[in-house]
Amino acid sequence: MTEDGTALLYDTTEYPQLVFDRGAHLDAVNISAWFGTTKVLERVNLSMPPGVVTALIGPSGCGKSTFLRILNRMHELVPSAKLAGEVRLNGSDIYDPSKRITETRRRIGMVFQKPNPFPTLSIGDNVVEGLKLNGTKVTRSDRADLIERSLSRAGLWLEVKDRLDTPGASLSGGQQQRLCIARSLAVSPDVLLMDEPCSALDPASTRRIEQTILELKDEVTIVIVTHNMQQAARVSQQCAFFLAETGTPGGIVEAGSTSEIFQTPRDPRTADYVNGRFG
Amino acid sequence: MTAGAVADQRRAELPRRIKTTLHPTDRIFHAVSRVIGAMVLVLTGAIGLFLALQMLPVLHHYGFKFFTMQDWNPEQNVVGVAAAIVGTIEVALIALALAFPLALMTALFITEYTPPQLRSTLVALVDLMAAVPSIVYGLWGFYLLQPQGTHVARWLAEYFSFIPIFKVDTDAHAALWQQTRFTASAFITGLTVAMMVTPLACAVMRGVFAQAPPGEREAALALGGTRWGVIRSVVLPFGRGAIIGGTMLGLGRALGETIAVLMVLSQIYKINLRPLQVGGLTVSSLIANRFGEATALQLKALLAAGFVLFVMTLAVNTIAGVIVTRSRSGSATEI
Repeated sequence: MTEDGTALLYDTTEYPQLVFDRGAHLDAVNISAWFGTTKVLERVNLSMPPGVVTALIGPSGCGKSTFLRILNRMHELVPSAKLAGEVRLNGSDIYDPSKRITETRRRIGMVFQKPNPFPTLSIGDNVVEGLKLNGTKVTRSDRADLIERSLSRAGLWLEVKDRLDTPGASLSGGQQQRLCIARSLAVSPDVLLMDEPCSALDPASTRRIEQTILELKDEVTIVIVTHNMQQAARVSQQCAFFLAETGTPGGIVEAGSTSEIFQTPRDPRTADYVNGRFG
Repeated sequence: MTAGAVADQRRAELPRRIKTTLHPTDRIFHAVSRVIGAMVLVLTGAIGLFLALQMLPVLHHYGFKFFTMQDWNPEQNVVGVAAAIVGTIEVALIALALAFPLALMTALFITEYTPPQLRSTLVALVDLMAAVPSIVYGLWGFYLLQPQGTHVARWLAEYFSFIPIFKVDTDAHAALWQQTRFTASAFITGLTVAMMVTPLACAVMRGVFAQAPPGEREAALALGGTRWGVIRSVVLPFGRGAIIGGTMLGLGRALGETIAVLMVLSQIYKINLRPLQVGGLTVSSLIANRFGEATALQLKALLAAGFVLFVMTLAVNTIAGVIVTRSRSGSATEI
């Protein structure tokens, strides 16, 4: 049990250190970030091992979403954005000029706060669109296979298998979000980043997505940003608490196994936050 | 219970009529905008009606032959708009065939590839193209485009003359080719008009491309998409309505273009289905050319030709408007 009384679905006291055949090791080393001249992140270090769901928690504006977007090079889409430091995927820096940005983003997928399926495409086409986007040809027989496999992994297959030709936009919000997860999985990423994936969803859909996350954690490395403390406790095995004190850039106050962060935090600010005393 | 109380009770069961008292400023604004709005409709309707009324005696006099005759020779009592209508469509289609890819690529380049600090400059330049008077385009087409364009026309005639529309009745292979067979053609005119149509179509497309939902753009990028991938998966499907609508608006403009056509195209009064070859006729250039010397009935005939053009452009613009406002694909995903 956590201190606020929610039961943990997973026993997180034992930190799993197994070798997985899927998923990659993602390391953020000395990450700082700016928007224009405003520094929003300062010297963030975090190791995100495979087989572990890492939750980034913290109040609004503490830089956790910025940090997440730095992990797959989405940060640089904002014209004034700058950064320092390295993000290492299995040891090699993704910001190295010799690394192709499209390949990096394919290997480190992202699911957004608001479900964003391609509205004009059918459910099936949405799943395989990622492959088309990065120029991979899919044969007809592979296509059906890939659609079924990806949708099953995202926990959506049974609900949509009879209407793969209907538009993705016809699904409910929660189903759309799982479609987006399936779409990300179809390009076989090593890491899946999730930016508050349930904040636009109802509790039942949220539950379904969390279940999906737990089922996927042995196949891909998952990093999730969440505002929901219980959610962090339920799905993650490792937690990083971000905080930006007034007028200073954000950074990690404390990181460790989820049980540590929730039950025996070292920093009093972490204890205050996870117990709902601010934020 | 008094009669008044009974009446009150009965009234309570009926729905109330809700009336709002508008503030005087609102009332004035309402009235003024309503009058001005109505005026636009009345004006358009009046133009149409006026032209239609002028057409009646013409139809009465020439009958349905007015639409099938090619010649325009009032002295011999032969007046028809067939050549002009075919020529108008020909020039407009040639202009569109050139303006469509140019406008689409320009719009995509501005919204997707141009660095932000350059974008506003490019937008202003394209808008400036739309502001250049058509007489300038006419001069430019006549003195610059025509001498160069005839070489393109000759090349097309040389290699594609097995397709009927690329035929020219002269020997395109000859070393000393007859350049004058290729001048003042519908092709050269279409080239000139394309320059006027492009900025218009481009502005419509650019406006909608820039509104492509950022969420979908990011989704495409996060899947490992290239910029071209984003265009193909997000921007083009979202902007489909604008592509069609912008092109149609351009078509409307091309149909009505007068002065530049008059300057470039040499007028012949028969249907010319060889756009590379000299000579042609459009409705607007016919009117402009014959207006000064016309007698009363001829004037009516010209106005009737004007009515035909009016109906054509009105139809094209209306269809364009409907397409542009209707297809905002993408809006379906809002939750």
